[in-house]
Amino acid sequence: MTIQEIENDIVVEFELLGDWQEKYQHIIAIGKKLPSFPLELQTEENKVRGCQSNVWLVSSFNEGKIFLQGDSDALIVKGLVALVLRVLSGKTPDEILNTQLSFIERLGMQSNLSPTRNNGLAAMIKQIKFYALAYKAKTNS
Amino acid sequence: MSAATSLNIEKIREDFPILHQLVHGKPLIYFDNAATSQKPYTVIDRIHQYYSFENSNIHRGTYYLSELASNYYEGARDTIQQAINAAKREEVIFVRGATEGINLVASSWGRSFLKAGDEIIISGMEHHANIVPWQQICIEKGAVLKVIPVDENGEIHLDDFKNLINEKTKFVSLVQVSNGIGTINAIKEFIDIAHAHQIPVMIDGCQAAPHMEIDVQALDCDFYTFSGHKVFGPTGIGVLYGKESLLEVMPPYQFGGDMIRHVSFQKTTFNDLPYKFEAGTPHISGAIGLAAAFDYLNSLGRGNLLQYENELFAYADAKLNQEVAGIRLLGNARKKIPVFSFVVEGTHPLDIGTMLDFEGIAIRTGNHCTQPLMERFGVSASARLSLAFYNTKEEVDKFVIALNKVLQLLR
Repeated sequence: MTIQEIENDIVVEFELLGDWQEKYQHIIAIGKKLPSFPLELQTEENKVRGCQSNVWLVSSFNEGKIFLQGDSDALIVKGLVALVLRVLSGKTPDEILNTQLSFIERLGMQSNLSPTRNNGLAAMIKQIKFYALAYKAKTNS
Repeated sequence: MSAATSLNIEKIREDFPILHQLVHGKPLIYFDNAATSQKPYTVIDRIHQYYSFENSNIHRGTYYLSELASNYYEGARDTIQQAINAAKREEVIFVRGATEGINLVASSWGRSFLKAGDEIIISGMEHHANIVPWQQICIEKGAVLKVIPVDENGEIHLDDFKNLINEKTKFVSLVQVSNGIGTINAIKEFIDIAHAHQIPVMIDGCQAAPHMEIDVQALDCDFYTFSGHKVFGPTGIGVLYGKESLLEVMPPYQFGGDMIRHVSFQKTTFNDLPYKFEAGTPHISGAIGLAAAFDYLNSLGRGNLLQYENELFAYADAKLNQEVAGIRLLGNARKKIPVFSFVVEGTHPLDIGTMLDFEGIAIRTGNHCTQPLMERFGVSASARLSLAFYNTKEEVDKFVIALNKVLQLLR
């Protein structure tokens, strides 16, 4: 599936839910399902800066694709992290670099991504793009 | 309404238009009063009236409106002077807020009187605004910042303070009431000890001003500052009180406008107190609105408000402790305002705050601009409810029910 297709799936999945409270409850459920990082991965190095909550991100590169693992100490953020991973993990650097993620906005949750919230999610997406750039440079060299 | 107080809280709530709205379909419960307080009609109407019928620049015009605005602005100073019992009106300086008040003193007093090796004492429960300005002037002057430790209950102790004082100590700046955990510090005792060593003391009264009467002469503090918006007045206005003898020897903080007496290209002379520290056109409507806020508080009777808030505190404290499983309240000081910072095992404050919003409940989550204090309690963030006199026991009941519902979801 393309990034766009996965995003569409997520949007449809959320459209089936009722009010905002239900949508957030769904995100919480998704967050609970995402395995937590073992303590040795919850390092400063893997941390993406956030003000109110921490986000951790680890990437690997295999057969031209980037694989991502993520975690957060806040459950709602963790649910959103899980969704981002579902969309971007296993994609090529080019796919990631050429995409402008839209599903969070389409879910109506952009307030969670606004710079003032500083919960690390926007920083995480930026970080994933940096990884994509670095892996791309590595492949080309 | 409680039988123990003479206040009709339901009637008081009618004075605050913002309280009567639905948020996510539920009646708003505003529990973030330590961040900012809501405004009564009398304050809103006073500002409306000022801009509708009285607006003009002050202290310069020879015409009717300017005189009117000047009189109201200076009248506001008189109101504040009485509210905090300052000896002289010249000792009341209008600033943007407590942050500016502290920066003014750190910058003006600090730059003039501090030298390398000098020491400044603050406490471990200060707001960042009462840490960073001192840190910066210390860097500039080669001075050293000393910190009174906070104990497990969220209190600071005179003995620790005495141990920090030595011949190098030049200034003390302390918070009267903690915004993070609600502790009321016995600042008079700290001030007396500092004065026994001829050390001036500044008090950050941001959280004290909305909850208790201030008497700067009884405290004998050298500086006192608070923000208007936390005391039911407008944003962008605050008060810095300083003893005249100290303010007189301090250089101006900013330059231009009302603070100037005479300018030539060779030399500028500065105006007298309090104008020396009020550069530019001041926040006229803010000062007038703030005076209206104090008039409003006085009309309700500050003693009555305090009595009701103490009742509300005891009620909420018991309720939270007894009915919320796994809650850990940060700080358990003997004297507190109704501020409760808490964490719940296995949940993140940000999630709690986000989900409570759907219940129409506004609380603060994060570090409350007191990172060192949060670290003292071994947490990076907490959830905080902070109550005002327009909050009710029924709201506390609803909060506890909502919190338990949210916790069930999150655990």
